[in-house]
Amino acid sequence: MRFVHNFGAMIISALHSLGEATVFTLDTLRWIVRPPFRIRAVLEQMQEIGYNSIPIVAITALSTGAVLAIQSYIGFKRFGAESMVGTVVALSMTRELGPVLTGIVVAGRAGSAMAAELGTMKVTEQIDALFTLSANPVKYLIVPRIIAATLMLPILVILADMIGIAGGASIGVGVLDANPVIYMKKTFEFLQLNDIYSGLFKSMVFGLIIAAVSCFQGVNTDGGAEGVGKATTRAVVVSTIMILLTDYVLTSILF
Amino acid sequence: MGKDYIIKVDNVHKAFGDKSVLTGANLSVERGESMVVIGGSGTGKSVLIKHMIGLMMPDKGKVVVDGKEVGKLNEEELNSLRRKFGMLFQGAALFDSLTIGENVGFALKEHTNLSKRDREKIVIDKLNMVGLKNVENLKPMELSGGMKKRAGLARAIAMDPEIILYDEPTTGLDPLMCDQINDLIVSMQSKIGATAVTITHDMVSASKIADRVAMLYNGKFISTGKPAEVFNDTNPVVANFCYIGKIVYETEAIYSRPIKG
Repeated sequence: MRFVHNFGAMIISALHSLGEATVFTLDTLRWIVRPPFRIRAVLEQMQEIGYNSIPIVAITALSTGAVLAIQSYIGFKRFGAESMVGTVVALSMTRELGPVLTGIVVAGRAGSAMAAELGTMKVTEQIDALFTLSANPVKYLIVPRIIAATLMLPILVILADMIGIAGGASIGVGVLDANPVIYMKKTFEFLQLNDIYSGLFKSMVFGLIIAAVSCFQGVNTDGGAEGVGKATTRAVVVSTIMILLTDYVLTSILF
Repeated sequence: MGKDYIIKVDNVHKAFGDKSVLTGANLSVERGESMVVIGGSGTGKSVLIKHMIGLMMPDKGKVVVDGKEVGKLNEEELNSLRRKFGMLFQGAALFDSLTIGENVGFALKEHTNLSKRDREKIVIDKLNMVGLKNVENLKPMELSGGMKKRAGLARAIAMDPEIILYDEPTTGLDPLMCDQINDLIVSMQSKIGATAVTITHDMVSASKIADRVAMLYNGKFISTGKPAEVFNDTNPVVANFCYIGKIVYETEAIYSRPIKG
């Protein structure tokens, strides 16, 4: 009985949080369209979330592209389809791995930083101080992060797609002795614009999820340093789970 | 009853989950006075002042500031009401991504059309008022605890508020610094004539800065009046809590007499 009770309480609490997070996100979206617009804050966040994430996104994409080339070569060789390695790398990177891996890496890097920064501001009463100075924290802190993340994720994904394909190609040509001309031809032969667009669209949604979830966790922090730690962990875990779920839903419905 | 009350807290109840914090708090603050709310840790003092500035809304009862019921205001009205307030937070709550100058000038930049030069002049002026010089370009991290509180106070008074809320202004400071902060609070009263509401459990501070004192206990006010009245209250809870305050208050009365005379 106790288990049923606890399980029920967990579900109710999860639904409660989901409801709060939804209200929070809608409230934020309402503030996005209200002037004054804080361009400078948006640019700063674009640098923090986007530009500063380039190294880790690049490393992830490079190794994924390279490993993908080796793995698909091993599998395809068994039925004589080695020539399709470039195609598989390109399709996998643009449609799926570019957006999802970039989303997860940015959630870990920038989402955690957002939650920690806003969480610290919450527990040191800086968020309350903004209210007392008649400045709405949603407008000042959250809107710039949401805009920046939603805009920067697709740009990071374009980069990840290119680097991933290049990583696959360098292994394909350099290690697996594929003919460079044929490899590149195969890479782009079956690649459609829709593959790229679908990945970019998904990544915008992932950017929105990362910023909304992380800011929500940040501003709802309580309990001092320990609370900030928990909020940071929750920001990464919840963003990652939501990215994976949304990815499945979007991929199966839209594309 | 012709008194001019700038803040009226009327039968306010507030609970967090199943934990009741305020259970029918009543308090009236006169315009221009220095009201000190005392009470033990966790009795809801912070919750009380957060209701005054609309950071929290009562579950039951109402808070009226300058004739307006805080709970009934929309976002715009609440924002303009908040501009009547300056609040000094316990940990100063300076924005650590901004310099001290940007912190103090924050509201000026957001809510006025003053030029950069005029704003800088006001910022320096307010910093001087709290006894700080040449700190405009420092970050909050580079300041000591007492200096942070002063900078926080400068930010609170930047827009010449009618009401200043002090959240435990002396907590965590050494005795000398406590004294300076107390003096500063008293001098703010005379310099800008603002109403002050201070919450504290530091009875030395209370006895030095209060025009009136109100004691919060179990979510209600159990004693309100002039310091001498509250400190001599026969209610054992009040008497125990105010024991030190009473000594300080009476000692001050004795020792400051020759200087004043």
